[in-house]
Amino acid sequence: MRFHLLLILAAALVYGAARAIGLDYVFFAGYIVLQYVALATAWNILGGYTGYMNFGVSAFFALGAYTTVALDKAFGLPLPVMMLAGGIVSGLVGLGMGYLTMRLKGIFFAIATFALAVVAETFITNWDYVGGSSGAYIIRPVKGPLYGTYIEYLFLLMLVVVVVSLAIARWLERSRLGYGLAAIRDDEVAAEATGVPTLGLKLIATTISGALMGVAGAPLPFYITFFDPSAGFNLAYAINSIAMAMIGGTASWVGPLVGAVLLATVQQVATVTISSEINLLLVGGLLVLFVVLAPNGIVGLVQGRWRWRR
Amino acid sequence: MSGETLLEVATLGKRFGGFVALNGVDLRVAAGERVGLIGPNGSGKSTLVNCIAGALRNDTGSVRFAGRRIDGLSGHRRARLGLARSFQLPRPFRSLSVADNIRIPLLYAAADRGRDHHDGAAIARRIDELLDLVGLRAKGGRAPRELTQVEMRKLELARAIAAEPKLLIADEAMAGLSHSEVDEVLALLLRLNERGIAIIMIEHILHAVVSFSQRLAVLVAGVKIADGPPRDVVRNPDVERAYLGE
Amino acid sequence: MNITFELLANSLLAGLLLGGFYAALSAGATIAFGLLEIVNIAHPTFAVIGAYAVYLLNRHLHLDPLLGGLVLTPIFYLIGTILYRVYHFAFERRSEDAMQGLAFFFGLMFIVEVGLIMIFGVDFRYVTTDYITTTWQIGELSVPLRLAVPFVGSLALLAVLEIGLKRSFTGRAIIAVAEDPLALRLMSASPVKIKRIAFGVAIATTAFVGALLVIIQPLQPASGREFIGRVFAICVLGGMGSISGTLIAAVFLGLVENMTSIFLGASWSPAVAFGFLLITLAVRPRGLLGR
Repeated sequence: MRFHLLLILAAALVYGAARAIGLDYVFFAGYIVLQYVALATAWNILGGYTGYMNFGVSAFFALGAYTTVALDKAFGLPLPVMMLAGGIVSGLVGLGMGYLTMRLKGIFFAIATFALAVVAETFITNWDYVGGSSGAYIIRPVKGPLYGTYIEYLFLLMLVVVVVSLAIARWLERSRLGYGLAAIRDDEVAAEATGVPTLGLKLIATTISGALMGVAGAPLPFYITFFDPSAGFNLAYAINSIAMAMIGGTASWVGPLVGAVLLATVQQVATVTISSEINLLLVGGLLVLFVVLAPNGIVGLVQGRWRWRR
Repeated sequence: MSGETLLEVATLGKRFGGFVALNGVDLRVAAGERVGLIGPNGSGKSTLVNCIAGALRNDTGSVRFAGRRIDGLSGHRRARLGLARSFQLPRPFRSLSVADNIRIPLLYAAADRGRDHHDGAAIARRIDELLDLVGLRAKGGRAPRELTQVEMRKLELARAIAAEPKLLIADEAMAGLSHSEVDEVLALLLRLNERGIAIIMIEHILHAVVSFSQRLAVLVAGVKIADGPPRDVVRNPDVERAYLGE
Repeated sequence: MNITFELLANSLLAGLLLGGFYAALSAGATIAFGLLEIVNIAHPTFAVIGAYAVYLLNRHLHLDPLLGGLVLTPIFYLIGTILYRVYHFAFERRSEDAMQGLAFFFGLMFIVEVGLIMIFGVDFRYVTTDYITTTWQIGELSVPLRLAVPFVGSLALLAVLEIGLKRSFTGRAIIAVAEDPLALRLMSASPVKIKRIAFGVAIATTAFVGALLVIIQPLQPASGREFIGRVFAICVLGGMGSISGTLIAAVFLGLVENMTSIFLGASWSPAVAFGFLLITLAVRPRGLLGR
């Protein structure tokens, strides 16, 4: 309980600081940073906690966004509702993916997730209602429903998503479920033999992970106002999520937060000062560096070589 | 010790492609009984254990536990019913502490047998109990990789015991241990049996398994060739030829 | 649409020829992945590096791409051995989870791609040869040489690999290291050294394959991505580590892709390889423990 209060307080401070600076750019850039915190945290639930590497991040992310595109076109619902819908859609896809890949491990699982992302992209590209390969335009209102600009509203929404994601991740870590996932990660055969319902827990992990990614992706059409498949289905989301979680440290909820804040901020700065291509070079380079030299990530470095639960 | 049947394996068959690993194996274990299982390498002992515990599915035959057919159940369900196994090569949860390794079966396998997984204090006490039982209390906070060979074996056993089994399958728990270490593990298993836990001991160390078992079964090339009191089985000419003559 | 015999026949032919190329591209991957269990998701990207190198040789020295590919092969072999040393130091020694190794190559893939963008830009690059624009007419069949030449080259590469693996001591040692590293040690061959040679060979193939790639189609930095799924689908379908299996699976995939393109339209054909991959994985589920 105390943690949650602190978390909300921290979020309020972040929001307050952003407002105080008063530049729209802060909200624009901040939104992206927050989006990646949510993505990295969501990825880590399946990747770091359970040991299953998901390369199909873009599928869940983009499906959340496309849910918004479709619902906005059909009904024009309030964005928070569409975000929940995006979460449900991507959560169901996560459940389906978990079921289809249940007997796959390691690289085979990773490749299957990669394949799933391409299949999802192919289907969306062929679905004209949401614009197919040509894309769709989303009208972004100028003013937010509360006060201030719409972009400030998007920033606030994403802040909420981040708070929820971090709370879920931390709760998972300490719960019975979290222990089960750790057992699966360390030795799935032994986990099954000690009573852990490995399939059921894996399905829970893929569903939660997918749902959070979907929620993180849902507001994006309003952010960029023109949404085509390449905006959502981009392998960059996968490498970013993976790199941020692994560079930050996959053992706890703090890792993806640290990794995402650092990496996303650096990328925003680099985009403005150098070029936008350099981002992926940085991400790739740092990922390789950390994976070779500091496999436990920044959190791992700070905490010493070996980390175990309290 | 009651004579009621706890585990009943009937005409169990398992093949891998063209290779027949188990060919119509029968095995019966009564509640609280101590059964030894021996056989040369490649005879199918591990396959049998895997089929009983649920790591593999048998092709033919059946496995019954406490009167209930379990060969369709997944491994974790069988563990929850009270069927625990230790692994030949210890498989600890590497990123968890020794204590947390024991926590897992307490949270899961033992959950259905009155172990309340919400009661943190009770679980902590139980973990300490189990650590004491195997003499690992001092190393509770360490990582599994810091343990010695015999300590890893003990952790492996402790984890199986934590599941509160009615039947424990100890798969070569003493391999590679010194004489005194073998005695330690033997004493531990006997103590467990005194509490009413049936034990299937799979071993190559003949003197240990003969002195431990009330009944000895011999598996050769996927077929059970002997099953009876250890003294008699050991003197059986087929057994001598197939196994002891090596 | 009107599907004539001619259209069908030419499509099948194109699928066959492309399939040959897919096989050559996947051959190195099946060695690394199937025999060494090294998950080099960047394998197609190495072929792209090879392609760019071949392009430079063609542009500045007027070297025929196939020749360029051959010339570059020893250099790529060296790169492969160096890369293996890093990989072995970082991952195999620690026997950590496969996740880290995967992440390593994934990161590498992006570094290479962006590096290529920064050096060459995103414009398409072409090689010039006498035969690239030529098409032979055999009855109703049109045989474009830009597909036929790489097809022949692919078969040659596959033949060399197959013979090398089955007939040479090193080759058989490579197969052995996948099955039984201990026995290999007893024969006083170091498994680590054998694996290093094998991975070197796997990367070496990408030089020549890159040449084939740039003959078939115009080159741009992200060219490798479209092949990732195909390569792994072929590796899994073809029975990891088998050269002949790779060829059969690759040709099969090429044919089905082209058929899909004809009957359903080109926008569906990326899904073909991946769809096959998913089906294969579902039907033949294998973990890394499955060896």
